Amino acid sequence: MGISTSLEIVSQTHSGMVRTHNEDSVGCESACGLVVLADGMGGYNAGEVASGIAVSVVTSEISQRLQTANLIDRDEVSGEELAVVLLRESVQKANLSIFHAAHSKPQYTGMGTTIVAGIFYDNRVAVAHVGDSRMYRLRGDVLETITHDHSLLQEQIDAGIISVTDARSSQNKNLVTRAVGIDAKVTAEVHVHDVLVGDLYLFCSDGLNDMVEDQDIQSVLYAMQSNLPLAADQLVQMANDNGGRDNVSVILVRAKAEFASPRGWFAKLLSYIR
Amino acid sequence: MAAKLVLMVNGSPTTEYPLTKERMTIGRKPHNDIVIDNLAVSGEHAAIVTILHDSFLEDLDSTNGLEVNGARSKKHFLQNNDVIEIGKHKLKYLNDQVTQMTSAEFERTMVVRSSVNQPAQSAVKPVQPASMNVTQTQLSKLLDDEGQATGRYMAQAAPIPTPTMPASPHGGGTTQPVAAFVAPAKISTAGVSAAIQILSGANAGKELDLVKNLTTLGKPGVQVAVLTRRPHGFFITHVEGATFPLVNGQTLANQARQLNDHDVIELAGVKMEFYFKG
Repeated sequence: MGISTSLEIVSQTHSGMVRTHNEDSVGCESACGLVVLADGMGGYNAGEVASGIAVSVVTSEISQRLQTANLIDRDEVSGEELAVVLLRESVQKANLSIFHAAHSKPQYTGMGTTIVAGIFYDNRVAVAHVGDSRMYRLRGDVLETITHDHSLLQEQIDAGIISVTDARSSQNKNLVTRAVGIDAKVTAEVHVHDVLVGDLYLFCSDGLNDMVEDQDIQSVLYAMQSNLPLAADQLVQMANDNGGRDNVSVILVRAKAEFASPRGWFAKLLSYIR
Repeated sequence: MAAKLVLMVNGSPTTEYPLTKERMTIGRKPHNDIVIDNLAVSGEHAAIVTILHDSFLEDLDSTNGLEVNGARSKKHFLQNNDVIEIGKHKLKYLNDQVTQMTSAEFERTMVVRSSVNQPAQSAVKPVQPASMNVTQTQLSKLLDDEGQATGRYMAQAAPIPTPTMPASPHGGGTTQPVAAFVAPAKISTAGVSAAIQILSGANAGKELDLVKNLTTLGKPGVQVAVLTRRPHGFFITHVEGATFPLVNGQTLANQARQLNDHDVIELAGVKMEFYFKG
């Protein structure tokens, strides 16, 4: 089965109830199982510019490379799968584009963006992230945060300085420790996870998880997993009902069927014949 | 404005101690930042660690312990107006940031840098925080280390150009209308309770309190609707199934519909009544 028929993907983005600009950007390439979400920062419209560059560079870069390459191929130098290498390299490319744009126009000075990007391939998902945009997974009725925020608060949680419960009332929420476009170089954190049929993946900007408790996110995803457009609308609505202080963006990806990649010439031939 | 502690004597404020250092100690001995000269107070009684806008109170194994808002505490994440009691001395924690921080400007995401997050080699694996498995005994040492680390964040964060915290269009200070918008983050129907009562079928007579923000009705795979609680009321939405639910005999449209007191819902052949309680 092809990747585009095995996945159901919907996305939704909203400027929220307070801000006039939407500095989030989302992109979905269902033909190659790729989703990208970025939350920009910077003055005037620089935030939109940064997140827009990030999404377009990553999607175009990866979909172009996939015309000639296979995601399960191994990189000759590092031995890593191409999915991982492509994510890391495309985020680095986006980083350079934003970094250069920020240094070419004064109104773009200091702009940057968080990013979370996922490629679904071979019954797995490779996810790259920088900053505090997240990927969650609903499996059965259990919601798990898969990515680990690059934020001051997360570092404090990891060090045992603050509890997860206390962190919700922290005043230090908006400090990220890594962002795309701020320095000449950025390291995206990339991990690969197995995907089971029935899994539901949520990619979101912090405008969702700062405004809506994980428990409520879980109940929406669980109750509405058969109707993803409704679930996406509901999540955005809940963030806005709770104050909507930030832009809110969500991408939902549901694994409807298996999507194993054919391996080797024999398997490829076999999948041809079938 | 930095947060501060105010020493209260007989209910009225006497001395103010701004929390300007990463770590400030409270105790009887003169080298403490906040000295309380009383025999009920240990030499080094407690410490307050401040990380940007958050402050944490920690008991330094004192003889007589600490209370925060009347409850005994070894370690506490301080919130505006908390009252710390050491013996019969009371210190009030005030954090002006709480009100200032609600302005949209302050909520803009900023980047802080720490050496931890800029691996020198490009071939480094995804960075895992070094301190994932912290035992209790290491805790206070970590606080120290982290305290210093925070200084680095601040120092390096400062030169980041101002556009990360844009002056406009939200630069108007407290008079802007958004401030009022921002303050109440709680759902206003929180106090309002509603329920549905099953009118027909095997469960007739049963009542279901709508205590959650989202309640699912029906049978997955057959027909499902959800009842959502929003600031301005309760809504019903069709989720799945070829048949849509009926409200007062009318078929529900594709979008959500607000429920009124005593509306009758019909779903998968079962009738139920929605009503407000109390």
